Amino acid sequence: MAERMGFFTDTSVCIGCKACEVACKEWNDVPDDGFVFRATSYDNTGGLGADTWRHVAFIEQPRRGPEEPGGREGSKGPPGPEGAEGQGVEGWLMSSDVCKHCTHAACLDVCPTGALFRTEFGTVVVQEDVCNGCGYCVPACPYGVIDRRERDGRAFKCTMCYDRQLGGLEPACAKACPTDSIQFGPLEELRARAQERVERLRGEGRPQARLYGADPDDGVGGDGAFFLLLDEPEVYGLPPDPVVTTRDLPAMWRWAAGAALCLVGATALSFLGRGGNR
Amino acid sequence: MRRAEQAMVPEAEFRSYYGQPIIKPPIWHEPHMPVYLYLGGLSGAASVLAAAAGVTGHRRLALATRLTAVAGAAAGAGFLVAELGRPERFLNMLRVFKPTSPMSMGSWILAAHSGLAGLAAVAALAPHLPDSAATAVLRFSPVAVALPAAGDAAAAAAALTGPLMSTYTAVLLADTAVPAWHEAHRELPFLFAGSALAAAGAAGMLATPRAQAGPARAAAVLGAAAETVAGALMERRLGMLAEPYRVGKAGRRMRIARALTAGGGLLAVVAGRGRALTALSGLALTAGALFTRFGVLAAGRASAADPKYTVVPQRRRLDDRAPASAETPG
Repeated sequence: MAERMGFFTDTSVCIGCKACEVACKEWNDVPDDGFVFRATSYDNTGGLGADTWRHVAFIEQPRRGPEEPGGREGSKGPPGPEGAEGQGVEGWLMSSDVCKHCTHAACLDVCPTGALFRTEFGTVVVQEDVCNGCGYCVPACPYGVIDRRERDGRAFKCTMCYDRQLGGLEPACAKACPTDSIQFGPLEELRARAQERVERLRGEGRPQARLYGADPDDGVGGDGAFFLLLDEPEVYGLPPDPVVTTRDLPAMWRWAAGAALCLVGATALSFLGRGGNR
Repeated sequence: MRRAEQAMVPEAEFRSYYGQPIIKPPIWHEPHMPVYLYLGGLSGAASVLAAAAGVTGHRRLALATRLTAVAGAAAGAGFLVAELGRPERFLNMLRVFKPTSPMSMGSWILAAHSGLAGLAAVAALAPHLPDSAATAVLRFSPVAVALPAAGDAAAAAAALTGPLMSTYTAVLLADTAVPAWHEAHRELPFLFAGSALAAAGAAGMLATPRAQAGPARAAAVLGAAAETVAGALMERRLGMLAEPYRVGKAGRRMRIARALTAGGGLLAVVAGRGRALTALSGLALTAGALFTRFGVLAAGRASAADPKYTVVPQRRRLDDRAPASAETPG
């Protein structure tokens, strides 16, 4: 197996240009995901899905009044760290979301056909010629990434541009990102770089800066695509403490075995003391 | 964000991305998936009843339950294939044997169980079939000699695959990120096993003369009681995650299911006294088992659609861990 490759998405330098969304769609020939006005800031994409493999989230941080704890002094105070001076908007958070390519990937674990597999780059990819569209991977993903394309019937998600990686190229989104918010490389290298970056940001007065998905001891064994966030994960639509569902699978089978035995026992009880006829 | 503004309700206070769901809801369709859950459970429990009826000499009940088992498995498999995004690729399910996937294990269990239930049913049915070109093979002497024994062996083996058929579907649902299912992984197998036994008992008492349906009625009573108790325990232990089972569409379905199951179970106690009572009880239990499956699916969907059920328990988990880790630097 080659070195495990990954994405480090540093949201502190994301400018919300959506070049990653466009590059992903163009390279991977991903169909349109509907032209909908969602009234959620500049985000009319909504979230990841079968037809959206990169999604840029826009979070408007409201200007907090002086009466609110932790709020700035209203209009008297200095502009926010981003320099945003809007009507009630103090700052912006932008983040390009993507499949996490988990170390312990629930979608891969539960796939009954073996269509989902782990590549030599440590990423998780759907084999479209094998997938029979059972849809089990969809509710199994703790991040809500993979989805079934209903008019096609099969499941789709980010491949971390498996084809480009095989050709020695970086994924289309990372290539297109103008600020290097999306960085692609060997996972170990990215983790070290991210650690340095988060420490520097904290030192510069951004105590909210934190890494998400970088810890190999978390509920999914660490993400192959991890993030530097500037607020709680749930603000970006990410689960705060995701756990791979198959971690509890042995316990689930034990409870099911107990129930199965009870079923046999109850049946035996039903026949107790009743002779047959004829 | 929508919720954060309603900070008056302290326990529901949480943050989200425009109130959007975090996980994807199960995409399984109605009626396919819940009907399969019902039919699979029915088939599995009917096999267990059939084996017990065979051993104890309840021949009419054995015949009825063997036929129920094969009909449930065959119809269930049909619904399952129709549910696939690419039905023509259903055989890919048997491409791998994958213990980490309850759906892979379920496919193998269903394949084995259908075969066994089919053989058991053919053997039981053979003496009752009229002679024709189609049944000639059954009259061919080596087949005619071996068939009853093979049928009994298959019925005995189906008593092993049957309980798995009735309970693996609980693991199938629980092994997802859907909060109302995953956190219910202890009680769901008992809920489904009880419901399956009640459904099979109902089928047995509807398809067997009253005088010979005593064990089926007893099984129906026990199954209904188990389903009722398991459902109550599940909602009690789930805490805030019981809410999806109590409100909205899922709540209505679960309440109807409970009423039908409890009513049908009580009626089954006295159903031996009359044909109308038997019909009423059997139909109520069947409808109850179906409503349970539709209700559980709806509850799963509801718990996936609201980010509250994903964020709040995870946030609590993190907060519970936080004090321990905060001590180290301090």
